[in-house]
Amino acid sequence: MGMTITEKILAAHAGLEKVEAGELIQAKIDIALGNDITIPLAIEEIEKTGAKEIFDRHKIVLVPDHFAPNKDIKSAENCKRMKEFAQQHQIVHYFEVGEMGIEHALLPDHGIVLPGDVVIGGDSHTCTYGGVGAFSTGVGSTDLAAAMLTGELWFKVPESMKFIYRGKLLKWVDGKDLILYTIGDIGVDGALYRAMEFTGYVVEKLSISGRFTMANMAIEAGAKNGIFQPDRVTEEYIQGRASRPYRIFRSDPDTHYVEVREYDVSKIEPQVAFPHLPSNTKPISEVGDISIDQVVIGSCTNGRLEDLRVAAEVLRGNRAAPYVRLIIIPATQEIYRQAIREGLVEIFLDAKAAISTPTCGPCLGGYMGVLAKGERAIATTNRNFVGRMGHPESEVYLSNPAVAAASAVKGRIASPEEVVRS
Amino acid sequence: MILRGKIWKFGSDVDTDVILPARYLNITDPRELGKHCMEGISPDFYKKMKTGDIIVAGKNFGCGSSREHAPLAIKALGISCVIAKTFARIFYRNAFNIGLPILECAETSDRIEEGQEVEVNLDTGQIQNLKSGQKFQAKPIPPFMQELVRDGGLMNHIAKRFCL
Repeated sequence: MGMTITEKILAAHAGLEKVEAGELIQAKIDIALGNDITIPLAIEEIEKTGAKEIFDRHKIVLVPDHFAPNKDIKSAENCKRMKEFAQQHQIVHYFEVGEMGIEHALLPDHGIVLPGDVVIGGDSHTCTYGGVGAFSTGVGSTDLAAAMLTGELWFKVPESMKFIYRGKLLKWVDGKDLILYTIGDIGVDGALYRAMEFTGYVVEKLSISGRFTMANMAIEAGAKNGIFQPDRVTEEYIQGRASRPYRIFRSDPDTHYVEVREYDVSKIEPQVAFPHLPSNTKPISEVGDISIDQVVIGSCTNGRLEDLRVAAEVLRGNRAAPYVRLIIIPATQEIYRQAIREGLVEIFLDAKAAISTPTCGPCLGGYMGVLAKGERAIATTNRNFVGRMGHPESEVYLSNPAVAAASAVKGRIASPEEVVRS
Repeated sequence: MILRGKIWKFGSDVDTDVILPARYLNITDPRELGKHCMEGISPDFYKKMKTGDIIVAGKNFGCGSSREHAPLAIKALGISCVIAKTFARIFYRNAFNIGLPILECAETSDRIEEGQEVEVNLDTGQIQNLKSGQKFQAKPIPPFMQELVRDGGLMNHIAKRFCL
């Protein structure tokens, strides 16, 4: 029997011909990623061992993005610790404020993560890099510390679940809707410990940005990783970014999947996830009248240029409703620059948007848009747990950028159809 | 090792944002983190519980973010063990890595009520309701995870393996 793309990547990094689901392996790590909230604990663990050296200064990536630019003194201390560690070990990929971006948008855009890699990160959304056909997964600070010291980590080879998307996408439907729909179908633990392999005609036509969005939210179904087979779209994206060799892996045709799910996307409308789970989804036509106080467009899920273009398409010539706060956060400096060049920022300013420097900020209730008691937001982010964006009695609804933008204009959760006349 | 403690019950899909809200992620001192443990779901939990108490939850405990602050807060507060039907995978790894005992046992979750006292044998995975005498068997801890526990967590394990 053949192997899945996930099994092939793990086998290659464990120095094995073949691996099977359930097998415990020790795999070499191509990239280990830390941010300002997970790295301080990892540094403590490293220091406790007394080790003076890290495994490879080229393969560790440090990004202050969660509470940076520093939101308070404690966050400033954490970022300082990270910077000093980067200086001490001469870390090549350290991104200071001004060049940093939201890590999962930044790393692929800089060609730091490539197809066929094994990537671990002290951030659950590290699974994003499955968008380019890498095996990538989130870990805690201790696992991160172990990988930073040894360049290896243990893994249990996950069972793979195959998702096949067929049909034709409706207008205003993108990767976010496909993944929300999928999580709505299988639940927040529907892929627990498993690999989610996204396939079918629809994802072959999907942009790299849409693929990142889908792989990014694999964790919201409990998955270890989400992954796409690299193809022409991947190659076009990687070209000009990769500065080291990489390997393309593809699943064998005779591979065993623990489960196969097939979706006809022609019936999938833009999706909205209601509080307080990403699986609590409804199609936009069934949402009803839900007023909002805030809209956030950004994050590692939907802060890429393509997302901003869609938001601008909806916001062009419109203004956010009175008393509604519209916050737009380009995920990286380069995306920000391009948004200025293309005139998107002008459209956002005209629409009464507050535009922020890249940061995870409000997505996890850090800063730059924290909700008060009883307030309600619609966001293009990835989680709507209790208190995720602020007060435990606030609410977060999740959607794609078009729905979020339309909702800002209407002051209630709305379809882009209500705002853009075709 | 034998643990004995009073049960605090929680439902399914208890996420890391309610175990340790993100606004406290700039804290690294475990004792300080402990004061905010379960704050998003049970605001005064740290005042109500006693050292040695046990958390029992439904499926997918610890879903969401990779923050190790979540199991650290539970451990630092003095919770001796978490028993759930299933755990989210990053939380599962983190708990073993930092030495927070966790067990998977659906029966305990279904049949033990809040406030009851249980005895947990971490070596055999047997859980006994001290009131009714009922016994439940948790899923065995995988051999590799047992090795981690024996070595005293992941960092000690790799220190041994890589001679750090």
